[in-house]
Amino acid sequence: MSQKPFLLAAEGVNKSFDGFKAIRDLNFYLEKGELRTVIGPNGAGKTTFLDLITGRTQPDTGKIEFEGTHDLGSMSEHEIYRLGIGRKFQTPTVYTDHTVAENLVLSLAGSRGVFASLFFKLNSEQKDKMEEILKTINLTAHRDRKAGTLAHGQKQWLEIGMLLAQDAKLLLVDEPAAGMTDEETARTGELLLSLAGKHTIVVIEHDMVFVRQISLGRKVTVLHQGSVLCEGPVDSVQADPRVIEVYLGRKHAR
Amino acid sequence: MNPQPRREIFAAGALALLLLVLMPALNAWAPEDSFFYVSNFTINVWGKYLAYGILAISVDLLWGFTGLLSLGQALFFSLGGYMLGMHLMLMIGKLGQYKSDLPDFMVFLGHTFLPTFWRPFYSFGVTALLVFLVPMLLAKGFGYLAFRSRIKGVYFSILTQALTYGASLMFFRNDMLMGGNNGFTDFKFLLGGDMRSAATQRTLYICTGIALLAVYFGCRWLTRTKFGLIQRAIRDSETRVLFSGYSAANYKLFVFVVAAGIAALGGALYVPQVGIINPSEMTPDKSLEAVVWVAVGGRGTLVGPVLGAVVINALKSWATRAIPDMWLILLGSMFLLVVLFLPKGLISVPGLIRDFLQRHRKPASPETPAPTPAPKVSAS
Repeated sequence: MSQKPFLLAAEGVNKSFDGFKAIRDLNFYLEKGELRTVIGPNGAGKTTFLDLITGRTQPDTGKIEFEGTHDLGSMSEHEIYRLGIGRKFQTPTVYTDHTVAENLVLSLAGSRGVFASLFFKLNSEQKDKMEEILKTINLTAHRDRKAGTLAHGQKQWLEIGMLLAQDAKLLLVDEPAAGMTDEETARTGELLLSLAGKHTIVVIEHDMVFVRQISLGRKVTVLHQGSVLCEGPVDSVQADPRVIEVYLGRKHAR
Repeated sequence: MNPQPRREIFAAGALALLLLVLMPALNAWAPEDSFFYVSNFTINVWGKYLAYGILAISVDLLWGFTGLLSLGQALFFSLGGYMLGMHLMLMIGKLGQYKSDLPDFMVFLGHTFLPTFWRPFYSFGVTALLVFLVPMLLAKGFGYLAFRSRIKGVYFSILTQALTYGASLMFFRNDMLMGGNNGFTDFKFLLGGDMRSAATQRTLYICTGIALLAVYFGCRWLTRTKFGLIQRAIRDSETRVLFSGYSAANYKLFVFVVAAGIAALGGALYVPQVGIINPSEMTPDKSLEAVVWVAVGGRGTLVGPVLGAVVINALKSWATRAIPDMWLILLGSMFLLVVLFLPKGLISVPGLIRDFLQRHRKPASPETPAPTPAPKVSAS
């Protein structure tokens, strides 16, 4: 059952912290080119799930496979990154003291070795790519500004740009719309939609307007108490009584 | 090219000319009773300051640029000094108190032949190599263990402090065969030059200046490469660096080893000029002193640490003679004042004055950068 052509396959994953089961028997399959939205109430294990994929924590039991061959559970963060898995954190984590352009340079695909970094020079291909990314994320005019001085939404876009610069095969985007204005949110949605197909993207989000914008005609996964509650098109998921209960009736459930 | 780096290079060049050409020339050729004469004492003292400047850069390369507060730099500095000191001890030959080929302290301890590990130090070339090799290998071993275990922040500082303290205790022991608590002194010759002569001391001074210049330009290059970008990224957000695919441990290890080499070079130039090296040079408070130089001079710049090293040590030379009881209080209050009111150090003073004048000359200057827009938060 495990050798399917999935880009990412998590099977029977468990993870607990000091007795608290953050993830229980989680099964999650992702095909190449998908734009998948993962929703769920607070504490559903969304961020822990991303931590497990990116090697920030290791699963207690279960397997997380990337491209059917790499076992992510036993690899470290930078090794996983080098496989082509990039993560955008919930709060923008750009290098605030570096300029926008420097942030992209640090993210560009290529050697990560110490000695290569000593004699690194941007080649024309990389320069073109940076220009293209700057245009995509709408920051061309701000390339020499320190990233710390950007507006919140711009920082989020820069971080998505950093994932593009690294040629990530899988983009993990954690609450990209959090703290954004409606206009910024809509723009972020467009940005993600323009990337779908070329990249495989997992978006974790609370904002249902935003979720509807990016997941129309796509699959949505609902997490609850560390495992998948249901999966399917956004309309049917929103109409599912179990989903309504965990979102609205949590007081009764307790 | 913007004028800032050009001005910096111009200032460094002018200073180098003054310190490296003018001062030694006046020491060598100005008549002794002339106003322009630079005494041997002055040359010697400045040679010491410049060696401290090299140590300060090594501290800042770790602390200011990479966010690693190493309190072990005094150890690498002393080790460099000890390596050269071993060569100098052997060059004394039969001119010691006991008229023996062995260094005096060995005769005193009853040794009759030279321990094997001392033999390579007969050669200056091998010594010069070991000056770098020994401290850098130690840094590599220690750094490998510390960074692989992800020891960070204050824990790294404490561990490096423990390392240098442990090493000083080892060097205090006579059976280490490194001179015990007296260390090495009474040096006579270096590469055939009489170490008490003005010419030798002057040459050492010039070498120290050149070494400082080389270290400065070397670090300037290093911190402007992509390596430098990663260094600063590690300082600001190490976790993020891991998620950009860089093994932060490897980068920290590299810069830790380079900084150890730089500190060792400083130590090797320091010892022949002060004429003594003993284990008290590698106690943690020596490392802390260097940290204070960097903080006072300007952390995260390359000129600042050298400025701090020179200013504080010049002040120390004066204060320990004029008001010896007050020196530590003076040093402590200077550190506090800088941390509170000049977080970017003395090096930032000209910029602050310029800003101040600009603000008062044309009150509503359009060049004043607009305040950065606050992050917008939507109600969610």
